[in-house]
Amino acid sequence: MVQLTLPKNSRMTTGKTWPRPEAATKVRKIQVYRWNPDDGKNPRLDTYFVDEDDCGPMVLDALIKIKNEIDPTLTFRRSCREGICGSCAMNIDGLNTLACIKGLDEVKGDIRIYPLPHMPVVKDLIPDLTHFYAQHASIMPWLETKTNEPSKEWKQSIEDREKLDGLYECVMCACCSTSCPSYWWNGDRYLGPAALLHAYRWIIDSRDEATGERLDDLEDPFKLYRCHTIMNCAKTCPKGLNPAKAISSIKQMMVERVV
Amino acid sequence: MAYLTDRKRATGLGSAREGTHHHWQMIVTAVLLLPLIVLFVFTFGAILGEPYEVVVAYYARPFPALVAGLTFLVGFVHFRGGVQTLIEDYVHGPARKPVLIGMIGLSYAAAAVGVFAVARLAL
Repeated sequence: MVQLTLPKNSRMTTGKTWPRPEAATKVRKIQVYRWNPDDGKNPRLDTYFVDEDDCGPMVLDALIKIKNEIDPTLTFRRSCREGICGSCAMNIDGLNTLACIKGLDEVKGDIRIYPLPHMPVVKDLIPDLTHFYAQHASIMPWLETKTNEPSKEWKQSIEDREKLDGLYECVMCACCSTSCPSYWWNGDRYLGPAALLHAYRWIIDSRDEATGERLDDLEDPFKLYRCHTIMNCAKTCPKGLNPAKAISSIKQMMVERVV
Repeated sequence: MAYLTDRKRATGLGSAREGTHHHWQMIVTAVLLLPLIVLFVFTFGAILGEPYEVVVAYYARPFPALVAGLTFLVGFVHFRGGVQTLIEDYVHGPARKPVLIGMIGLSYAAAAVGVFAVARLAL
């Protein structure tokens, strides 16, 4: 059966409460999931206080401030700080999103930050995305052609190019896949919304000539049909994309081939 | 722990090349159930609480009997598909196949009981 409770060594404990900044006027309480694979202890929730008047506007700014000025052991991924690299994906205030584009003012009250749900944790806010990336690679995220390569370029009409809108913007942050209950229970076999959105991006690319093979490879009760249109993926996507719609379109194409 | 590459783990046994039939069957039965459930509610509701003889006479008519029989049949075929999905979602390991066989059997048995009951009333 699926595991509905956390294993003993994953249960949360109360962590350290760090001191409030002195003479601060606008203090924000931020609780952050902490886990260190080297100390053998259970994960804990550390409490930090950040002066918002002396901090950037985003959650990532607060995390960087904590790391720089309060606790240098806090570990998280970040890079572009503008929502294009997908590195700082985490669960903020109960919703998977990118810390760099989530404003502190978007969260009412205390801010709770956890790593992306239901993934193995490497340390603190860093999930192990190895399997997620391997699944993405398995859908052949590149142009597959059989016709001899044209001397200039593969042509695409404006209308066909527009079909890729809402798909190509995906930054592979894993917010959608890790918010999907089907991916939680069957992530070993179900490709998840992100990989399937990318699969559809290549299936409907007018220049790609492996449409049939791509559909063949996806037609599977687990790889594709674990999607039950729960829509968590669309709700959580920090880029405003709709992976559920893409998956639904793949299913429609599957039916087209049969009926 | 096996020394498998990440890609091999992700690919697993490859695609089963099926699932669309099940998906299409769920759509077909769901669409059929839309009018059937409405008709069943109205036909069954019409004789709810009536004496035994009235009910038997009512279901001896072809329309209510066919509606009831088809509702049981299509309903439990749809149920069979749904419960299969449910088990595939939540039951892992060696228990999955026996539970699947048991629940699919139960679904067909329930359909048979329903159709038989209607047939006995109607014929």
